[in-house]
Amino acid sequence: MRRRRVLRVVKRILVYGAALLFTVFAIFPFYWMLLTSFKTNRDLYVGATDLGHIPWIFNEAPTLQHVRLLFFGTPYLVWVRNTVLIGAAVVLITLVCAVPAGYSLARLTGRWGERLGIGIFLTYLVPSTLLFIPFARVIALLGLQNTPWALILIYPTFTIPFCTWLLMGFFRSIPRDIEEQGMIDGYSRWGVIRVIVLPLAVSGILTAVIFAFTLVLQEFVYALTFISSVGKMTVSLGVPVALVRGDVFYWGSLMAAALITSVPIAVVYNLFIDRFIAGLTAGAVKG
Amino acid sequence: MPSPACGETTVLRREAHPAVAPAVIFRRRTLADREEVLGRIMLAPALIYVIVLVAAPLLLAVLLSFSASFSGSLEFRWIGLRNFATIIRDPQFHLALRNTTLFTIISQILVMILAVTAAHVLDAAFLGRRVVRFLLLLPWAVPVSLAAMAWTWIFDSTFSVINWTLKVAGLLDGWFYWFGDPTLAMIAIITVHVWRMFPFATVIVLAGMTAVPQDIREAAVIDGASFWRRLFQVQLPLLLPIVTVAVLFGVVFTSTDLGVVWLLTRGGPYNSTHVLPTLAFQRGILGANLGEGASIAIFLLPVLLVAAVGMLRVARRTEVGT
Repeated sequence: MRRRRVLRVVKRILVYGAALLFTVFAIFPFYWMLLTSFKTNRDLYVGATDLGHIPWIFNEAPTLQHVRLLFFGTPYLVWVRNTVLIGAAVVLITLVCAVPAGYSLARLTGRWGERLGIGIFLTYLVPSTLLFIPFARVIALLGLQNTPWALILIYPTFTIPFCTWLLMGFFRSIPRDIEEQGMIDGYSRWGVIRVIVLPLAVSGILTAVIFAFTLVLQEFVYALTFISSVGKMTVSLGVPVALVRGDVFYWGSLMAAALITSVPIAVVYNLFIDRFIAGLTAGAVKG
Repeated sequence: MPSPACGETTVLRREAHPAVAPAVIFRRRTLADREEVLGRIMLAPALIYVIVLVAAPLLLAVLLSFSASFSGSLEFRWIGLRNFATIIRDPQFHLALRNTTLFTIISQILVMILAVTAAHVLDAAFLGRRVVRFLLLLPWAVPVSLAAMAWTWIFDSTFSVINWTLKVAGLLDGWFYWFGDPTLAMIAIITVHVWRMFPFATVIVLAGMTAVPQDIREAAVIDGASFWRRLFQVQLPLLLPIVTVAVLFGVVFTSTDLGVVWLLTRGGPYNSTHVLPTLAFQRGILGANLGEGASIAIFLLPVLLVAAVGMLRVARRTEVGT
């Protein structure tokens, strides 16, 4: 009996210990961003050679100078605006394509629709690193180099497959009976979609919007390939590329930008992750 | 449109609701009632987008790899296998191919060990589990370019906090120039890949674990199976399909990733950490040699094919299972 209790305590300790280790590993860079963003330069650039100076904590009172520099001395806010505009356009295109496609695959097309659904999802796996070279030709042909339109045109290539699959899952999780009841009551299929299905799918569509938007915020490769002027960059390109002047890194402002951008994204993403997994697995389960 | 003959839908309606049926029958049949047509119309925009802007460029990538194409002009000259002949003789390419394989395999092994462990931890009930789960997911949710900058700063050659900590702990005599030494640079790159990928793998494995019926696990406990036997003979086999999905995703995302290596080392020191995507970027975009860049990137295609086939297999197996 006692041995069992000891065993249980050991197990508890192991679980908590492992949880702690994983957490520290996961959030360490974020802690570092936070620390760097608010440290004074004197505190920051001591260097790891001075073993008496502990880099893990604030040795001097925190400062807002890096954040101020970021907002008033760098094009950060321009990048935020660019990102939001591009994101909004991409979300719009994605919804126009993915909502009808998701419904169609869930309800209107039989077995071949299922295969097609998997096929569309697999295109999500085609990586940007295989496509940026042909896109370089396409974008040059269209004369869209160094314009936001290049990104607005290209980003839906990964948001549409992803959101179509996600929405297919959500539409499948709506009971068929409700739709059939609607048709018995005299609605056409289109009427059913408009009056019954879309209102029920609002949360699913919202999830798709959030994910399309976060995917845009996270994208780096295409932006790196097609945007060259500092004033036209997105946040995820501008911060690592344009906040570095020559060989000088403004680490304080750089980390402040990383922190301010990534924490909201991460929080929103996290809030929706359960719905996202539900949608993803519902898409995989046959309806 | 001709007035309604006895379509499928009207028959169904009459059976279901005989009293209402006549009124419905005389409603004009519109396009919206012909389901297969409506289905196709609704699917068309997405399908066209994907075909024009994913499938066609993929094909174009293959074509470009057989051509002498440079950015700056729209010329396209077929030169057969000459690009491939060039890169296959290039030691730089061999190194990039080796690095890509190495990065992918090592980081995926580490990711899967961490993910299965983390999923087991998160599956156990403990205080603050939701908070831990939230924090574990942060690395996956954050834009990779920003996270890579944080790591660049952590691995900075002068200010590296890792060096300081190792020194103070008495574990390091000399000095680690993280991005100045090929081996250390690789360790740094693998660390960042693992850090970024393991949360996603954990979530997938966790989803798979909750899908494993509870009674099977309980039955194994009641039958007196030991922890390791339960793990290897009950849990892991049941988890296999979902773990496969996680690994396939991970392999695709890691082997084709450009951001981490580009931001951390730009392929340096002395081009020793180039992977296929960074080399393709350097030659194809910065060097303007689209043809050669495309032929380097093409070597990622087999990975994708294997991943796609693997995914389809898993999908089919789970279909049979249910």
